[in-house]
Amino acid sequence: MMLNNMLSLLRQELVLSVLIFLLLFIKLGKDRSQASLSVIVNIALLINLLAGLWNMGEGELFSGMFHTNATIVFEKSILNLAVLLISMQSYSWLKSHDQVIEFYLLLFTSLLGMQFMISSGNMLMFYLGLEMSTIPLAAAANFDLTNRRSSEAAMKLIISSAFASGILLMGISFIYGTTGTLLFDALPSKLTGNPLQMFAFILFISGFAFKISAVPFHLWTADVYEGAPVAVTSFLSVVSKGAVIFVFVSVLYKVFQPLSHAWYLIISVLSVATILVGNLFALRQDNLKRFLAFSSIAQVGFILIGILSGDHQGAVSVIYFILIYVFSNLAAFGVISLVSALTGKEQITDYKHFYKTNPLLAWVLTIALFSLAGVPPTAGFFGKFFLLTAGASKGNYLLIAVAALNMVISFFYYLKVVKAMFMDENETPIEKLEIPAVSKLALYICVAGIILVGLASVVYEHINSLSI
Amino acid sequence: MQSYSYILWIPLLPLATFVVLGLFGRKYLKTSSGLIGTLSLLTSCLLSFKAAKQYFFVDGKVDGIYQKIEAFKHVWLQFSPGVSIDMGITIDPIAVMMLVVITSVSLMVHVFSLGYMKGEDRFATYYAFLSLFTFSMLGLVLSVNIFQIYMFWELVGVSSFLLIGYYFYKPSAVAASKKAFIVTRFADLGFLIGILVLGFYGGSLDISTLIQKFTTVQSPEYISITTASFLGMSMLTWGLTLVFVGGAGKSAMFPLHVWLPDAMEGPTPVSALIHAATMVVAGVYLVARLFPVFSMDAHALDIVTYTGVFSALLAAVIACTQTDIKRVLAYSTMSQIGYMMFSLGVSRYGGEAGLGYMASMFHLFTHAFFKSLLFLGAGSVIHLVHSNEMKDMGGLRKLMPITHIAFLIACLAIAGVPPFAGFFSKEEILTAALHENTLVYGVALFTAALTSFYMFRLYFSIFWNKEADVHGEHHGEGTWTMKLPLIILAICSVGAGFIGFPEFVTSDGAGIETHMDIASMAVPVSLSIVAIIIAAIMYKNANEKPAKVATAFGGFYRAAYKKFYVDEVYLFITKKIIFPLIGQPIAWADKHMVDGFMLMLGNLTAKISAAIKGMQSGKVQYYALYFFGGIIALSLLLIYIWK
Repeated sequence: MMLNNMLSLLRQELVLSVLIFLLLFIKLGKDRSQASLSVIVNIALLINLLAGLWNMGEGELFSGMFHTNATIVFEKSILNLAVLLISMQSYSWLKSHDQVIEFYLLLFTSLLGMQFMISSGNMLMFYLGLEMSTIPLAAAANFDLTNRRSSEAAMKLIISSAFASGILLMGISFIYGTTGTLLFDALPSKLTGNPLQMFAFILFISGFAFKISAVPFHLWTADVYEGAPVAVTSFLSVVSKGAVIFVFVSVLYKVFQPLSHAWYLIISVLSVATILVGNLFALRQDNLKRFLAFSSIAQVGFILIGILSGDHQGAVSVIYFILIYVFSNLAAFGVISLVSALTGKEQITDYKHFYKTNPLLAWVLTIALFSLAGVPPTAGFFGKFFLLTAGASKGNYLLIAVAALNMVISFFYYLKVVKAMFMDENETPIEKLEIPAVSKLALYICVAGIILVGLASVVYEHINSLSI
Repeated sequence: MQSYSYILWIPLLPLATFVVLGLFGRKYLKTSSGLIGTLSLLTSCLLSFKAAKQYFFVDGKVDGIYQKIEAFKHVWLQFSPGVSIDMGITIDPIAVMMLVVITSVSLMVHVFSLGYMKGEDRFATYYAFLSLFTFSMLGLVLSVNIFQIYMFWELVGVSSFLLIGYYFYKPSAVAASKKAFIVTRFADLGFLIGILVLGFYGGSLDISTLIQKFTTVQSPEYISITTASFLGMSMLTWGLTLVFVGGAGKSAMFPLHVWLPDAMEGPTPVSALIHAATMVVAGVYLVARLFPVFSMDAHALDIVTYTGVFSALLAAVIACTQTDIKRVLAYSTMSQIGYMMFSLGVSRYGGEAGLGYMASMFHLFTHAFFKSLLFLGAGSVIHLVHSNEMKDMGGLRKLMPITHIAFLIACLAIAGVPPFAGFFSKEEILTAALHENTLVYGVALFTAALTSFYMFRLYFSIFWNKEADVHGEHHGEGTWTMKLPLIILAICSVGAGFIGFPEFVTSDGAGIETHMDIASMAVPVSLSIVAIIIAAIMYKNANEKPAKVATAFGGFYRAAYKKFYVDEVYLFITKKIIFPLIGQPIAWADKHMVDGFMLMLGNLTAKISAAIKGMQSGKVQYYALYFFGGIIALSLLLIYIWK
């Protein structure tokens, strides 16, 4: 009985762990051809995704360290889906790389860490999960072995996240010191809001702000995104960010509920700063990866606005937005990853007249950017709309007005890229690219997601029906 | 009651056309795409007429009042209990009227484009975009839910962006389409916040529910929205004003009108569709759709009135100074929409007090026909002379007789000369204004005279003035597909005024009696005629052919000729004083200050962005410093708030 229970509650983590061990054994054995390996990995990821869709109840394990329910399983499935899409998209890049197995090992270890983090019921478990998800990524950022910028990105990532982890750990220590417990369930009744707890809370929230790259804790983002290989960048910007935001929401809403007046204020300030700075920097970028880095910072600002609502609607709108964000951002990164792997070009000016030679990729990127900008009828619009509505439920219209104004500004720079692709003349546009079928499939899935998640109301209603 | 479910096909047919042409047009249907688009729209148009006949004459009226019918409603997204986003179809007098207007004007444009756009490389794409636009516009007018309106509203914006930027190899077209998109998006922001405000206080996004709640003075929703206030205005005023800002953006009201003249870079038939009959009146339609709520709030109505009347006057003055014929038409559209807006603004809800509402919708209806006729006529002219400038035209009446007569009819209609369509609707607007607000009436009267003047300046400059200097081979008025729409629209421009409009479309659904009395008619009509005569004297002759002009205009010209000195004074006043001292400064201010402000916003953002780029230095130790700075700032914030 106990074992059965464990198997069903831990099924996503188990599939992933088995996969990691399998990869290790393959690595130890003789070399397999890379192409068949990719297929095996992708199928395993698909199994993992399906394992999540299979609803198997809720419960907790290891005396409250690990807990799960339908929402958490859904959140993990979003992450699994994103990793599957990234894996499909990076097919061309991996084909030219010798160390495919290591790459997958790093990504999956990180993903496993995130899944434990999301399921954590204890500060220590949460911290372990967080570290397990961060450290492999620093190694993965260095995966462009011949590129100095890639090493630089890895160094910056590891140093800044060590710093942030230190701060976070100090926050956790203070919280433990003042309350005497680390269990999420026991904490709310012991939080009184005395100055030391407040300070601990600020340290804690700063650590989170670093991970989701909220301003002013965002500075590492652009350098790391630019230097790291595109597959790692998209992992960082979608999976890693999404996982931390999921935890952030549940920690704020449940554990720190007694301090909600404090976090409402802090998040309001962070959200405005994040949206403004993200937008202003995105305006002046020439490198597409850097451009998307800043645009994703601005997106986080919008997510923070949704978080402000502090109730069921807020959590629902955040999860819904992240699902949409997965599709939109991965569609954009998918195109950039293909172009970058096949031609090495990453500047916006390189994309001039891209439409003439690669109409399919140009349309995919356009739809993705429109969704990121929040233009109806793409899903991005619904996502943003629900975030703003959730944020507006507290009646802070000034904040909503600033956010909505920034939606228009962001529109301007997204359109800049679209304009370059469709309208600007170019003597030497990027040549016609041969797209591998599996990457093409990933792009189609993303586009379908961008269109359907918004229009098919069942997705939102499903999330709405989950108890957060 | 018969079913109205066939109305669903009216927007769905253009959508299907868009999908088919968008997917297969360029490869397989290159030549037949025009025909496919036109036939599908013809079906939509016939269905619209069927709907109009059924609604207005068979079963729309219950106890003498036209009912609002929800023909189809699908709960699309249950947001929270009570608040849902629905997709559906509303049928009421204005929706049915808009169906007829949109499908028939769009059909005319489809037919006209068969000739006008012939041989274009992206012919199929053009028809695909036209279908998409028509679909979005139809979806907008049929909406049951304010959120549904917003979605189609944005879709209208996107498809008009595609159409204006159709000549994407022309930098000016690209700039114009971007400008139109961004300015209207800016306005839509207001709309979105307005929706949030109304939805938040009303607890619903359904239009009928909102109207019902906000027009019941005792309802808790009404009490909460009127007692809550922000910066001295009640939330109801804020909500409605913000919604109106969205409408003002699409309808090119001052100061959000700057995109309209530039949008003339699109193909001319597109202007006839978007900038005459459909998209630009979306704002008017929006206010009319929510009119019962607007009528509860005098402040919001005042804002609508004064924005409308000021835009009407401003645009008319600027129109007098333009030489590009499409720009003249663009400003004239803005001016006429100003009429519709202030007419709504001076109206009240129900019965005789709702005269302004009726008049506004009436003017929307007639204006759609004569303005799209003017644009299509201008399209024919541009097709012939390959220029938009008045100086390249003149004397074209011999070369294009049908266009000439059609254009003349449209000019008479917009000038408000009886018995053409514009006369009836403008008369109702002026009567409504006279009863409510004399200042508005005075400005409207003056604007009406200006309208006649600049329209006939346009007319004489194109068709008279001098001998035609079109040399060599020319194709006259083009194919019959270009002539037929002109003829049909000309007939509508004459006949549309005789429809007993007050019977059908009123603020509360019950027909009202209107009285046309000679005394109130005499002033505007005679002013218009005087203005036309002045335009004739100034622009009809190219001065070196007085004899010809004299015989053409007969005794009247000779009388005017004898008062030559007066004429000169007038010329002096207009050319030396009014144009340079009033018209041009206004045009200048419009161009540099209003446009400049929008530009400044962009530049300012870029500057701030440059100023803070130092933050992103690339040095990790600085990043750590900022990190600490962030922690300290947050701590200080909390300390400051809770000392």
